[in-house]
Amino acid sequence: MQTKDFLKQITEASGVSGYEDSVRELVRTEFALYADEIRTDTLGSLIALKRGERSAETPRRSIMLAGHMDEIGLVITQAEKGYLRFSTVGGFDLRVLLGQEVVVHGHRDLPGVIGTRPPHVLSSEEQEQVVPLDRLFIDVGLTEAELAESVRVGDIVTLRRDFTELAGGLVAGKAFDDRAAVACIAQCLQHLSTLKHTWDVYAVATVQEETGLKGALTSAFGIEPDIGIAIDVGHGNMLGVSEVDTVNVGGGPALGFGPNIHPVLYEQLVGVAKKYEICHQIDPIPGASGTDAWAMQVTREGMPTALISIPLRYMHTTVETLSLKDVERIGRLLALFIAGLSEESASELGLAR
Amino acid sequence: MKELLAELTETWGPSGYEDSVRKVIQKRIADRADEVRVDALGNLIALRRGKPKRGVAKRKIMLAAHMDEIGVIVSHVDEKGFLRFSGIGGVFPPTLLGSRVVFGDGSTGVIGREKVDKPDEAPRMDKMFIDVGAVDREHAKRRVGDVATFTRPFVDLGQRLVAKAFDDRVGCAVLVQTLLGLKSTPHDVYFVFTVQEEVGVRGATTSAFGVEPDVAIALDVTMTGDTPEAPRMAVALGAGPAIKVKDRGMLAHVGVKNWMVQTAERLGLPYQFEVLEAGSTDAMAIQTSRAGVAAGVLSIPTRYVHTPSEMVDLGDVQQSVELLLGLLTAPVGF
Amino acid sequence: MLLKELSEAVGVSGHEGAVRQLILDAIKGQVDEHRVDALGNLIALKKGHGEKRRKVMVAAHMDEIGLMIVRIEKEGSLRFRPVGGIDHRVLLAKKVLIGDKKVPGVIGSKPVHLLEPRQRQQVVHVEEMSIDIGATSQDDASNLVKVGDYATFDVSYRELGGQLRAVTGKAFDDRAGCAVLIQLLSGTYPFDLYATFTVQEEVGLRGARVAAYSIAPDVAFALEGTICDDMPKLKDVSPTTIVGGGAAITIMDRSVIADRRLVDLLVRTAEEHGIPHQFKQPNMGGTDAGAIHLARTGVPAVTVAVPSRYIHSPVCLLSLNDLDSTVKLMRETLMGVNDIELNR
Repeated sequence: MQTKDFLKQITEASGVSGYEDSVRELVRTEFALYADEIRTDTLGSLIALKRGERSAETPRRSIMLAGHMDEIGLVITQAEKGYLRFSTVGGFDLRVLLGQEVVVHGHRDLPGVIGTRPPHVLSSEEQEQVVPLDRLFIDVGLTEAELAESVRVGDIVTLRRDFTELAGGLVAGKAFDDRAAVACIAQCLQHLSTLKHTWDVYAVATVQEETGLKGALTSAFGIEPDIGIAIDVGHGNMLGVSEVDTVNVGGGPALGFGPNIHPVLYEQLVGVAKKYEICHQIDPIPGASGTDAWAMQVTREGMPTALISIPLRYMHTTVETLSLKDVERIGRLLALFIAGLSEESASELGLAR
Repeated sequence: MKELLAELTETWGPSGYEDSVRKVIQKRIADRADEVRVDALGNLIALRRGKPKRGVAKRKIMLAAHMDEIGVIVSHVDEKGFLRFSGIGGVFPPTLLGSRVVFGDGSTGVIGREKVDKPDEAPRMDKMFIDVGAVDREHAKRRVGDVATFTRPFVDLGQRLVAKAFDDRVGCAVLVQTLLGLKSTPHDVYFVFTVQEEVGVRGATTSAFGVEPDVAIALDVTMTGDTPEAPRMAVALGAGPAIKVKDRGMLAHVGVKNWMVQTAERLGLPYQFEVLEAGSTDAMAIQTSRAGVAAGVLSIPTRYVHTPSEMVDLGDVQQSVELLLGLLTAPVGF
Repeated sequence: MLLKELSEAVGVSGHEGAVRQLILDAIKGQVDEHRVDALGNLIALKKGHGEKRRKVMVAAHMDEIGLMIVRIEKEGSLRFRPVGGIDHRVLLAKKVLIGDKKVPGVIGSKPVHLLEPRQRQQVVHVEEMSIDIGATSQDDASNLVKVGDYATFDVSYRELGGQLRAVTGKAFDDRAGCAVLIQLLSGTYPFDLYATFTVQEEVGLRGARVAAYSIAPDVAFALEGTICDDMPKLKDVSPTTIVGGGAAITIMDRSVIADRRLVDLLVRTAEEHGIPHQFKQPNMGGTDAGAIHLARTGVPAVTVAVPSRYIHSPVCLLSLNDLDSTVKLMRETLMGVNDIELNR
């Protein structure tokens, strides 16, 4: 499938952390076009294996690519007088929820809205205050009795937003964090089907990243790859945010550098980007990266890891914005990098024979 | 059950010092398990082997309840014999005011407080101290590193019970009663009484790695939203065992959650769904063990968690045992 | 003097190569095998004598807190962020060395003459600071440094003398621990000693975690340069440890509750041999033992440390007497490790 179409399909689908089933099936269909084997592990991560071609004497090497398919969302905590109280799953700025449309996954999918009191009834002081979680409600337009039949405490709620095309090849929507990475990985697999590669590739759409990198931790333990590359989103440039903290949307893959990234693996990626003239930028990360790379690096006996970030504005809102060119560049970079992996790369990385 | 709860809650056992609690439990379960061992950190692991049953796939199930309770540890003995301290686990400073604490050797101390500069200043542990009634440092007979817990007797109010450390001795009691009441099961069931949950689910981390379960259920307490002006929560005391959906540390495995719901409905047991804003349980650690474990939590509603007077409903506790027995004697529902 | 070289070597979390090489050169002749793992840990094995040998892991971390260059501004100044936990307030007006070429720079600070009285009371945060390397433009600066370069404080090791045999320098957390471990390798032991020089402790005990998984020891000790807060205070409260008080034994910190049998062994050994020792204030800080004790099915562990004033700031201070006490305590304790009962 075309990147834009695939991205639209998977980001409009529902897949809150811990409840990724619907998205997983869509990803499975796409990955299956290129993979030799596909399985789902205990926590629900989708693991697709595309085998490399190697001679009998060449030792088996594998690389794991991780992009998380879960999105942040909400969960129903209580019903009250026909309205629904909720809590958050993953990190939220509550302020973006006012006037947001949602889907409540009760007995059936119920469209709803997080309503806000009209300005006419609010004092100017009230309009200056952030509405706290316990004064926010989801309204699905049902009576108390109907609600009791169709919604239970613990039901999951997805935020609703259609995929939108902006100018200049930019697109906006929800869950680009991190389904855009899943799209990059799909792109990579597609390219790889036309290239020769000796290393085995595990393309993993992980679960529950937003609630603690759980899918990456457990899938990496099960796979035991030689190296791991996580693809996630990085803060894209916007007005009012210091350039120190952002990377440029449209500036190409942001290659992470710091304790979470193996310095040789970083150099190898930069080398490939330069060789094939793929526009890229450096993303200095002095500590925890807050991504699947953080979990993969310390699985079992540890592994060389790298992080490639897609520049993305307005992270964790329903109007996340990125450049499709960046997604395509990352897909290409990964494929070319993998095609270039050899025993020499393995020894540069210090991997045992 | 009441007598078991009284014994367990009144036993001294802060995180890292669970020996006495382990002994109490070991005594009760020793001859009802096929194998019992204690691992490197002190977790008590009791195995009940499954008896093969036609048409039922045998699974490896780990049940976990933690033996440790919150407490305090002495950080400094001042010249006059007063003890400065910090908390072990989530100690809520207001609960310390006016409390008595007891050390491992049985001696007691009283918690005092520095003068208050601002009238509505929130109480802080670094402005408190323990007074053991000594006249000076030498006579205090306590050292840096000594630990103490809250001390309060178990009280039977009839349907409701009050004690310190229902978190998580009530979970331990449910596991003990379940093991004693379990005649036969098609699964290999590991009853794990963990250590050091309150300081970071540490015992669960290492015991899960050793047991390698397919499925896990933690037994722990959860808060309720049914007291005056309580933080909002749909869980109530006496409304049955709570099936966890999510807490701050994890999302319950959907398959385990649904299995628990189906079993409760099959047995006609009341149950409630739990979304907990703060805190987590041993299941959080077990879930990410090795290549992942399908983990859920059976929570016992408890009021006043992490205070010296926690309250549970006997019905909720007994129904938790029934639910657990129902789960263990049937196929795993996913 | 070994501590001097270790202290002056540069090895910020994620970039410990220079320290690792220094240590490898110092221990090569004392160990049977060594390897470097995927994260950069140096794991050296000194085989013991005897039949059924236990595996004892002793860890000290090679990394120090430091800075990372995150942006080169148009006019040539450098923006930076801390690597590991640094109090913003220690940064003003300090000298740093950047990258492997050790390019000198200074963290500037607005002159007092130009400050309003109110501003002198405000804490400056790292986002507002910059490093001046004397460059006049972005291009000029890019010839000398690049984004991602690590920087450390430019501090020389000094001996202050006196009864305490006090010394100052940077990174005593945890080059003091490394110095102790290197000295321990000159002994022979009745078990297999895995001397593990770990990486990335300061950003989350990362190296120790994977090293412990790989080694799977029976028992573990972490060696540290630890918090010492013995300056005069307004209240009679704990100094955490005191300089001159001897080797500091951890009963409990934020990352681990030490195995009591190991604590008892340490105390017994210290008392038997008259080695000065103290107990570190509980619940302060975290160490590699925090990661090691949770490896696989669990490992009994404890941390022993050299008290060091002013850690996580440019200049630390410790007493060589305490360092020597720590070496002696560890050496004697290790001789008794085989005999303690590890079953429960």
